[in-house]
Amino acid sequence: MYKDSSRFKSFSRRVAFLGGGKVLLLSLLAGRMYQLQVIESDKYKTLADENRINLRLLPPPRGTIVDRYGRALAVNQENYRVTLVAEQVNDINTMLDTLSGIISLEDYERHRILREVRRRRGFVPVTVRENLDWRDVSRIEVNAPDLPGLSIEVGQSRQYPFAEDFAHVLGYVSAVSEKEVTGDPLLELPGFKVGKNGVERVFDLNLRGKAGNTQVEVNAVGRVIRELSRQEGQPGVDLRLTIDRDLQKLAADRLKEEKSASAVILDIHNGDVLALSSVPGFDPNEFVTGLSSKTWRRLINDPYAPLTNKAISGLYAPGSTFKMVVALAALEARIVAPDHRVFCRGHTQLGNARFHCWKRHGHGWQDMYDAHQNSCDVYFYDIAKRIGIDRIAAMATRFGLGTKTGIELPSEKGGVIPTRAWKKALIGTAWQQGETLISGIGQGFILTTPLQLAVMTARIANGGKAVLPRLIRAAEVDGKEEEPVFKDLGISKRSLDVVREGMNRVTNVQQGTAYRARISEEGMEMSGKTGTAQVRRISKAERDTRVLKNHERPWRERDHALFVGYAPSDNPRYAVSVIVEHGGGGSKVAAPIARDLLLATQKRDPANRTLAPAAAKAPAKSEEI
Amino acid sequence: MHGFAPSQRLSLGRKILQINWGLVLLITATAAVGIAMLYSAANGSWNPWATRQIARYGVGLVILITIALVDIRFWYRYAYLIYGILLVMLIAVEVVGSVGMGAQRWINLGVIKLQPSELMKVGIALALARYFHGVSAEDVRRIPYLLAPILMIGAPSALVLKQPDLGTALFLIMTGGAVFFVAGVRLWKFGLVFAAAGAAVPIAWSMLRPYQQKRIFTFLDPETDPLGAGYHILQSKIALGSGGLFGKGFMQGSQSHLNFLPEKQTDFIFTMLAEEFGMVGGLVLLGLYMLIMVYGFAISLRSRTHFGRLLAMGITSMLFLYVFINIAMVMGLIPVVGVPLPLISYGGTAMLTLMIGMGFLICTYIHRDVTISRHGGGDG
Repeated sequence: MYKDSSRFKSFSRRVAFLGGGKVLLLSLLAGRMYQLQVIESDKYKTLADENRINLRLLPPPRGTIVDRYGRALAVNQENYRVTLVAEQVNDINTMLDTLSGIISLEDYERHRILREVRRRRGFVPVTVRENLDWRDVSRIEVNAPDLPGLSIEVGQSRQYPFAEDFAHVLGYVSAVSEKEVTGDPLLELPGFKVGKNGVERVFDLNLRGKAGNTQVEVNAVGRVIRELSRQEGQPGVDLRLTIDRDLQKLAADRLKEEKSASAVILDIHNGDVLALSSVPGFDPNEFVTGLSSKTWRRLINDPYAPLTNKAISGLYAPGSTFKMVVALAALEARIVAPDHRVFCRGHTQLGNARFHCWKRHGHGWQDMYDAHQNSCDVYFYDIAKRIGIDRIAAMATRFGLGTKTGIELPSEKGGVIPTRAWKKALIGTAWQQGETLISGIGQGFILTTPLQLAVMTARIANGGKAVLPRLIRAAEVDGKEEEPVFKDLGISKRSLDVVREGMNRVTNVQQGTAYRARISEEGMEMSGKTGTAQVRRISKAERDTRVLKNHERPWRERDHALFVGYAPSDNPRYAVSVIVEHGGGGSKVAAPIARDLLLATQKRDPANRTLAPAAAKAPAKSEEI
Repeated sequence: MHGFAPSQRLSLGRKILQINWGLVLLITATAAVGIAMLYSAANGSWNPWATRQIARYGVGLVILITIALVDIRFWYRYAYLIYGILLVMLIAVEVVGSVGMGAQRWINLGVIKLQPSELMKVGIALALARYFHGVSAEDVRRIPYLLAPILMIGAPSALVLKQPDLGTALFLIMTGGAVFFVAGVRLWKFGLVFAAAGAAVPIAWSMLRPYQQKRIFTFLDPETDPLGAGYHILQSKIALGSGGLFGKGFMQGSQSHLNFLPEKQTDFIFTMLAEEFGMVGGLVLLGLYMLIMVYGFAISLRSRTHFGRLLAMGITSMLFLYVFINIAMVMGLIPVVGVPLPLISYGGTAMLTLMIGMGFLICTYIHRDVTISRHGGGDG
């Protein structure tokens, strides 16, 4: 123990030395901190400010969007904007007051600026005002010494020259929301916009491109002294759509005569969407610059739903346009032949329930061709009852109804094709035979989109190929140009011929429901089918007295007018579907629009015209507007 | 443990009560600061660093407590064995180690990539403590008795230097040197070593790799090449200086977040902390480290065994070296040598090394009244 205590004495002496040394060295660290962070702090703060602008991102120009012939639909325009870096400003409110004297600042703009300044980190520039004109730019430049932290930047802003006519297809770009920030510094650039809807959203990453950067040496007031290195970014890919600009415009103009409507024109062989229109639309340019809350409220509260793309997210009972599917289901099941005849007395009886034909006093004897031509409901009640709902549903599904088509647009809806199992699972009650009957005329639970109806029509017209719609050719995205091959649905030509002859009679036989909307130009004749979808239940009392005419009812209770068709009748190439919400009768309202669209399409004949060179090879900057 | 005198055996329950919870709390607080900084370094995200660091800390804590609860005589008995295993691993790195960052430093165990040179810092402290425990105060003054411990430091240092990792090699020598110093080795011998080292500088210089030579040049005058080799130090000083007295605020460090600061999640994390929390934040962290070291000194002086005293001083010196070298480096006081900030920097092996070291520290505290004979048993 003695030995150890002497050893401990020497040990503790040495420990004291060591401890002292350590304290000394740690004080050295603290002293250095004091030197750097207090004494020389100002010098380093200046250096940090200079640093800040050292590395600059070069936002890539967003890819343009053109139609199938290379005509501009969405372009970029030079745009001057003024930004501020909050931590370079002493007092933001005073600075904004000074600025108000130079360019007038509205109250809501001030609120937005202050909100963004609070939200973002102090060194991130915040946009004060975009789309400055030349006079504002020069005024700010002249007053620059009084406005530290403010700087003018040149950027590009998105322009949609056709405004609402393409709004639902193109969508729009607008400022990045907090949710969308991924850590990519590009998204934090002031004024950077991302696609929020339509093609702009679905192909946002392709259109966006890759940011480049430049390293610049700058002085304390932010003036660039020299560029040290530069790495060019990659401009966004230019996209070419299958849309024909003129047809799209025509469709929009024609639909605008109604309150709320939508239409789709398809190439039946390759699925090219030549036009896809929903009316009313909205002006996407307003979204780019930022909507005022008044405009936003107006859009949201508009009863005609301008923000909804009804062609892909509007769900409608197909009404009589569904009858071809019922006929095909019956023919393919070999339960009825085309010459099967039914006597229409204006209604049919099922137990205690009476199911009415649209024609009060009946059509008399009808075969399958007559039933299409006259759109006889009683005939289709009869065959629907014979084949049952599950066969009808299977055929509807084969024709693309009730499922999303997968078109390159956000918020497409699927719809409903009911079956026994579906009803049991969803509603919990057993299927009623009466429901089969009303399904036979496209009413009841069935819900489809206008795009699905166009696809259905295209599949009937192209001989039973499972065509799917597309807005963009594969070549635009991955460079492989290939005509798509669609699988055969396995429907016999005999059955399809029966249905097509029925549709031919609708428009080309004098008694047909849409004869008045026929195309009389030789070789361009149209085949089709009208539909009038009921949106309310007609009460027994009303039927006993007199069914109110459409124009006597409030708009919300009027029938939807539908028409699907294809042309030319003998060698089809284009299909169309038109739905006019609460428009009244399909033959009177929807068929003439479809006729105009199909006629114009055939005259332009986009399928047989050469396309623009693939957009990928087109120059990055599109000059035409 | 069999063979230990029953009178000196502590029950597990008593040992747990004896754990120095104040020290554990300090360690946890320091690690928490690190996790907050890693969260900030990832621009306000738990991924990719903070969550993994939390997991490592958790594993480290389990290891710490395990080591602390094992009898100190067990560690005494196996000190050389542990040192030997680490030495073999260092040799293995030369043979099979994977090449990372231009130097061979890791052993890939499948689950983790181990850097034996980090663990060796604890290994040296253990081995030297055991050696000097058995050498009397008189013998320490005789040169023959110093040959073995010099070899204990020299062998791993040479291996690490060959990797090549000059910083860690010097670290090992300094850790060992601290134990030599408190063990009572005569001061003039240290003077001799310094003189020899000074004489060896020209020879050593010629053996250095070009990047190491460049680092030293850069350290001497960082402003000469602001976009090249001097970039790290200059940017780090700018970040620190612009942080000022109170800092720019959590996640507001423009230097760090605009990526001017390199390696902000590892070696330069102190810079980020000092940029965002200013000098005050830096001093608070320094204070936390100092408190841990005060515990280390107290535990060392309180221990009744020479082994425990030396071990505790070795571990405390290791912590001090980590802290001093890292902070001095980011403030431009010494060249850039790649030493992490203990318990804060992102990295698995460094965290493990620190937690193992702290485990030994607490182990010494729990077994402060245990005595060890030369053979490892209790002697009274």
